[in-house]
Amino acid sequence: MNESIYQLRGVAKEYSGRCVLHVERLDIQRGEIFALVGPSGAGKSTLLRLLNFLEPPTGGSIRFLGTEFSSSRPAPLDLRRRVTTVFQRPILLNRSVWANASYGLRLRGQRNAARQVEAALEQVGLNDLARQRARTLSGGEAQRVALARAMLLQPDVLLLDEPTANLDPYNVGLIEGIVRALNQERGTTLVLVTHNIFQAKRLAQRVALLLEGQIVEIADVDAFFEAPRDPRTAAFVRGDMVY
Amino acid sequence: MVPPCGGVSHTDVVCSGIPLQDAALVVQGGSIIDEILRGLVQAIHLIATRDLALFEIVALSLRVSGTALLFSTLIGIPLGAILGLSRFAGRRLVIALLYTGMGFPPVVVGLFVYLMLSRGGPLGQMSSSLIPPLFTPASMVVAQCVISFPLVAGFTMAAVMGVDPQLRQQVRALGATRWQTTLTVLMEARVGVVVSVIAGFGSIISEVGAVMMVGGNIEHRTRVLTTAIVLETRKGNFDLAMALGVILLGLSFVSNVAMLYLQGRTFNE
Repeated sequence: MNESIYQLRGVAKEYSGRCVLHVERLDIQRGEIFALVGPSGAGKSTLLRLLNFLEPPTGGSIRFLGTEFSSSRPAPLDLRRRVTTVFQRPILLNRSVWANASYGLRLRGQRNAARQVEAALEQVGLNDLARQRARTLSGGEAQRVALARAMLLQPDVLLLDEPTANLDPYNVGLIEGIVRALNQERGTTLVLVTHNIFQAKRLAQRVALLLEGQIVEIADVDAFFEAPRDPRTAAFVRGDMVY
Repeated sequence: MVPPCGGVSHTDVVCSGIPLQDAALVVQGGSIIDEILRGLVQAIHLIATRDLALFEIVALSLRVSGTALLFSTLIGIPLGAILGLSRFAGRRLVIALLYTGMGFPPVVVGLFVYLMLSRGGPLGQMSSSLIPPLFTPASMVVAQCVISFPLVAGFTMAAVMGVDPQLRQQVRALGATRWQTTLTVLMEARVGVVVSVIAGFGSIISEVGAVMMVGGNIEHRTRVLTTAIVLETRKGNFDLAMALGVILLGLSFVSNVAMLYLQGRTFNE
């Protein structure tokens, strides 16, 4: 847990001249579950997009697996493919559940992965629906397909953007169980963005509070919730923060 | 081919300036319905007897429109995808030009291509083997390309823009290259993309102004179904013109069914 998989230094992101994110320093350790909490519009999803190299930072640098990237030096495809994201609202292709689950593998030219796809769908409890059109699934089932699709890629880092928002307790429990297993059994590094501080408490080893594009506090999960250093963190944890 | 329907000199009727509908009413044998029925019977007869002249016209129509559609698709789909997926300076102007192109009257396109390809025109002067001379099937292909590619591009752009923009981000997050992302979006928009091709085909298989102008309706060389229909109507052969019209409709129907089949299961959902 000592090696940093990500090192962010002075990372900034601007849209139309407006700075929406400024992270002076952030290290994410290999193999940890790191939660980013904060109110809407704090910059959490923007930070995830930078971590997935979907957008370049406006300023600063991101060191990933020992290689540094910046606005002038975008990440190459092979490194980009070692990270993936499960989004809050998964957009599935208008194809079968099986085709959706195996989509990422097909992008990598892996077409003979039937056993892995079957195992992943089994893990998320959707093997019976493999031939069904993905667009006929419920929200929870769609999210599980998205999770299977990401798991099959065996990424070094899995970014989760509010993966259980608006889901029922059964699906929340199932997804949290899968995510935990991924971390423990495969050592996948997980970065979880959530509004739900209880979920952060259940899953994460370290938590960071992001407010108005800046990291207010980073701490181990117990310290973050039991003895926050910053009064804004304390207010957020107590639920006193109005946003 | 089949002789004129006989009796009244319909050429005189049309040439004397009487509108076509009125002319049809005075056709020997009575009503328009009779003409349509005779046209249907003759269409079946022409097909059943494998009329060589008819097959030559049908083959040329399909060859010219098929080739034009192929080029329009090769140009139009990538252009539509670029306009739908990327943002660049001048994009609005290109879209405005495209929309204008979607409404071009074929006869104006024909005139434009005619002037470009004629010996005194900017392309005709070049005497290059790549520039087709007027009154050839190749010049008709050029004219039909100009008519149909804006439709293919415009409808493809609309279809691509209708795909959830989040899809691109999620596909990229799964490790897709730019090319793979574009292909995935096009696949998701496949119903609209096939409609764009159908619209392009419909616009050229049925047009007459452009092919008449640049092709000249020369027998055994540039005569296609639509120009043959015009000629037979002018000659007063209404039942033959109707027969050709029925065959044209049938061809259009069969082609569109084939393209709908390309949309696959999605069309049934």
